[in-house]
Amino acid sequence: MYETSYHRASSVEDAVRLKGEHGEGRYLSGGMTLIATMKQRLAAPSDLIDLRHIPDLKGISLEGRNVRIGAGTPHADVASSSMLRALCPAICDLAGMIGDPHVRHMGTIGGSIANNDPAADYPAAMLALGATIITDRRWMAADDFFLGLFETALEDGEMVTAVSFEAPEKAGYAKFANPASRYALTGVFVAKRADGVRVAVTGAGANGVFRHAGMEAALASNWSPEAVAGAVVDPGDMLSDMHASSDYRANLVRVMAKRAVVAAG
Amino acid sequence: MAKVTLTVNGRTVSGDCDDRMLLVHFIREKLGLTGTHVGCDTTQCGACVVHMDGRSVKSCSILAVQAAGSTVTTIEGLSSQGELHPVQAAFKEHHGLQCGFCTPGMVMTAVDMINRHGGKLDENTVRHELEGNICRCTGYHNIVKAVLSANAEMHTGRQAAE
Amino acid sequence: MGVEGIGARVTRKEDKRFLTGKGRYTDDMSVPGMKYAYFVRSPYAHARIRGIDVAAAKAMPGVIDVLDGKQLQADGIGNLICGWMIHSKDGSPMKMGAWRPLAHETVRYVGDAVAIVVADSSAEARDAAEAVVVDYEELPAVTEAVAALEEGAPQIHPEAPGNLIFDWEIGDGQATDRAIASAAHVTEIEIHNNRLSPNPMEPRATLGIYDSAEDHYTCYTTSQNPHVARLVMSAFYNVAPENKLRVIAPDVGGGFGSKIYIYPEEIVCLWASKRTGVPVKWTSDRTEAFLTDAHGRDHVSKVKMAFDAEHRIIGLKVDTIANLGAYMSLFSSAVPTYLYATLLSGQYAIPAIHANVRTVYTNTVPVDAYRGAGRPEATYLLERTMETAARELGISPAELRRRNFIRSFPYQTPVIMNYDAGDYEASLNAAMQAADWDGFSARRAEAEARGKRRGIGMSCYIEACGIAPSAAVGSLGAGVGLWESAEVRVNAVGTIEVLTGSHSHGQGHETTFAQLVADRLGVPIDSVNIVHGDTDKVQMGMGTYGSRSGAVGMSAVVKALDKVEAKAKKIAAHLMEADESDIVVENGELKVAGTDKTVPWFQVALAAYTAHNLPPGLEPGLKESAFYDPANFTFPAGCYIAEVEVDPETGKTEIVQFVAADDFGNIINPLIVEGQVHGGLAQGIGQALLEEVRYDRESGQLLTASYMDYAMPRADDLPSFKLSHQNTPCPSNPLGIKGCGEAGAIGSPPALINAITDAIGNNRLAMPATPMKVWQALQAAH
Repeated sequence: MYETSYHRASSVEDAVRLKGEHGEGRYLSGGMTLIATMKQRLAAPSDLIDLRHIPDLKGISLEGRNVRIGAGTPHADVASSSMLRALCPAICDLAGMIGDPHVRHMGTIGGSIANNDPAADYPAAMLALGATIITDRRWMAADDFFLGLFETALEDGEMVTAVSFEAPEKAGYAKFANPASRYALTGVFVAKRADGVRVAVTGAGANGVFRHAGMEAALASNWSPEAVAGAVVDPGDMLSDMHASSDYRANLVRVMAKRAVVAAG
Repeated sequence: MAKVTLTVNGRTVSGDCDDRMLLVHFIREKLGLTGTHVGCDTTQCGACVVHMDGRSVKSCSILAVQAAGSTVTTIEGLSSQGELHPVQAAFKEHHGLQCGFCTPGMVMTAVDMINRHGGKLDENTVRHELEGNICRCTGYHNIVKAVLSANAEMHTGRQAAE
Repeated sequence: MGVEGIGARVTRKEDKRFLTGKGRYTDDMSVPGMKYAYFVRSPYAHARIRGIDVAAAKAMPGVIDVLDGKQLQADGIGNLICGWMIHSKDGSPMKMGAWRPLAHETVRYVGDAVAIVVADSSAEARDAAEAVVVDYEELPAVTEAVAALEEGAPQIHPEAPGNLIFDWEIGDGQATDRAIASAAHVTEIEIHNNRLSPNPMEPRATLGIYDSAEDHYTCYTTSQNPHVARLVMSAFYNVAPENKLRVIAPDVGGGFGSKIYIYPEEIVCLWASKRTGVPVKWTSDRTEAFLTDAHGRDHVSKVKMAFDAEHRIIGLKVDTIANLGAYMSLFSSAVPTYLYATLLSGQYAIPAIHANVRTVYTNTVPVDAYRGAGRPEATYLLERTMETAARELGISPAELRRRNFIRSFPYQTPVIMNYDAGDYEASLNAAMQAADWDGFSARRAEAEARGKRRGIGMSCYIEACGIAPSAAVGSLGAGVGLWESAEVRVNAVGTIEVLTGSHSHGQGHETTFAQLVADRLGVPIDSVNIVHGDTDKVQMGMGTYGSRSGAVGMSAVVKALDKVEAKAKKIAAHLMEADESDIVVENGELKVAGTDKTVPWFQVALAAYTAHNLPPGLEPGLKESAFYDPANFTFPAGCYIAEVEVDPETGKTEIVQFVAADDFGNIINPLIVEGQVHGGLAQGIGQALLEEVRYDRESGQLLTASYMDYAMPRADDLPSFKLSHQNTPCPSNPLGIKGCGEAGAIGSPPALINAITDAIGNNRLAMPATPMKVWQALQAAH
């Protein structure tokens, strides 16, 4: 790890101020990706602004069927929240599949979506749930937030503070893990909502997390695993690497979509 | 350079360190507690697992300054002089260790796992929960047995406590 | 057996220190004034070094010094060597290219060490290493052995034209060709044995300490054989004479072969300690481990197996190309020759065998012994071929094996080995019964109904362990003898220290060796301490690898105990005024047989040291040493059965049961033996399903340089295992032990691939059988 300077923020305002003072700095949430990347010397922020001690960023709250998850909420808390599970078990299941127990104790939803790793799990859920990404300065639809591999609509210094979504009628997530890293080789989140069906795919797309219109239409008219079994997934749109060819990933998208529907019930 | 103060194994300790120093190196080099190990660079092997504020974490992926003010338990603090914690005793009884290098992380993981699951552990759950800990010697067979046995032992009476 | 003696399931004496964080591994060592090293390594697979500029690095904060290979060479430090001479079939010696501890002319793999930075902290050393400017002229690289042999391939060492190290053969080629020509059936198959990284969880580390007052070096290192390390560093690398070099291998966190060898870092840190005047510690990170720890396997073979009309094997012809990487590591030449081709008879009576082995330089990290070392390659080749033949011949795999088993012993194979004892059918029967082989078709149908493809596969392995008779390995080219030593020191109060040249890095010697003493003398194991891993404490020894600690190391202890017991009996006889031949040792006492006269063990020990009343002419003291040179290899064997379910939609394999039936001869501690099998199985299953080192073919970059890309077996990849033991005691050592350390890794890969290919109905499947590869094979089968 290169030299860096650590700052602990006490509030969102404090964090934004610190970030403004240290232009080459980065926000640090759970650090499960950022610290690992810095250890490999693949990232070298001059300063780290630690968000983990900001009370406002933590916690899950419900209002009717509206769910709000603070950006600093660890995956373990999402996975084990019984009130959230009662409304939207799929997001709890997804959180319980991220990394391992120790990573889930530190890693946060805000950190995950701000990083937008193409193999991360949460971005698929945010897209499929039609979530709103709340930052220190605005509200954004997930559709507008995730822009590509490790790219988001976040501006310089902008911080994710929470996500919110309306609990869907049904939702399910199925993940096929990379045998080595255990990140998603392909993960599919399906959600049935009052305004239609949304299907989001992570791990597989050459340009990061994406929605699959064909499967959304098929499921809208027939909510069953069979509806997506024959979906057209273009291998040309898929990532290809030594772990999985684009053909194999295209197959996994269909299979995981089917299984996500089964999981959703 | 920062002065880091935290509670480790029940004692308040301080040390000066670079901001870039990882918690695991602080524990090993500044505190001389070498039971916590480093087995990889990518937050995967779990040899470095300690408890921070009551939760298992990978001390190789946390800066010492991040941990300032928190309460940390390492393998050295799991049991008092001479005694073995029920998880440690079960690892010995079931030969859940060979070279011993992953063992501190495995034991800290098992304690956290047993505490979180309130007695409800089966083989599949244990294997799944060990996703963040790599052992190259045992094939996990006896680790799984040890965790299940310790779980049964710890939940016949009172709730597991550190 | 007593409660603590031979055969008892004794929990381990060493566990408490590991369980409480009190283990002492090399990286845990700290000495006053210690500084940290970081190595500058080649980012290229093949390049000429035009110059190294260390000026900027030397000016970095905390830097003590930056040293390169020219300085190392000027100080007379020698090149690394391979210690086993192999001659090609034309009589020429193997072509060993120069391996400099720090390269200063040419780098030959990504990770080749170029310079060492010594600094106040490891972070500062790494900062400064990035400021070392090496002017490289990149050269074309080749990473695959077959490609390296092709016309026009990049040339890696001037000493080895065409990158060929040796072209070696064993067996009778003409007889084998005749058998194939006359065969009723010939099974032909091409076999790839995937390249693996051993991955002990403790990364390599070393601490070099030079004492200028004494002109003496101390080397803490993660070694499986500290004495051999000292010998080699002294005799070949000119680090220091043996009496000026102490090597300590303290607690070592696994080895699996990769910590047998002497690597550049130990040598360079010792030298750097002298140059800088400070103790120098280096600890590998995991990526460095992938880049620089010796890899294992990496064979490509063509096989022809000939059968007569009764399905008896009449000939086996094998042509193997083995990748040895960029340099010849310490035992690299022996692995694809005498540890591999000599096992090609397997458990079968095969009248004619011929194997040709070509070893090749490539721009990859050196390849050497990894758990099993040659024997997994032989077993995988044979057992995949047997399975394929059974399918082609329409005969059950068990029946084909039964028909060809060796059934009388000793049995001389056509490829050197003389098998001394075994009962292969006993293990086969035990495994089939444990696996409920006969009930498989019902289970397959039930799985089919759930949309899963179920398959079953077996593997019958044999290995040669306890390496090995010194004269035999010497005649085959080994540079060292492979005996073992022991010293038994009885203290004046009767407690005992056993000093062994074997080295435990997870095997539990502190327990099993103590059990041996407890069994023999009737003393509690807590009164027995095992001392190992320090050249200043322990007499010369050969270390632990090849499942030799029991068969060879403990046999040396037996020999030393024989001497101790003989002397103790003399003293006891004298004390009790009895005849020496009437003395027996029982329950910690020496007794006059048939009487109630006894003298406790501690009193005999005390008498030996007070020396007030010893038999005339007898030296005081009770301490004996012995060197044991085995008369033969040992031959563990067994049968493994894997049953799998493949998810046809994803290609993912689930192991639904795994059965291991092993004949290890006599067993000292079943708890520890079972643990060894479990661990071996996990590594073999890892090879079969998950693990593969991959280099980019063009650039020679290592693609699997961390656990993000190299799939290590985790708990949820594996099942619980069903084990059983059969026992035909080994006749060549006093304990009847065969060894158990490698069996699991040797026998399991073919069982799994046989099961998966059975499940998917396509025999073309290379390891590792990743979900993608299995899915692709399923697509191809349709």
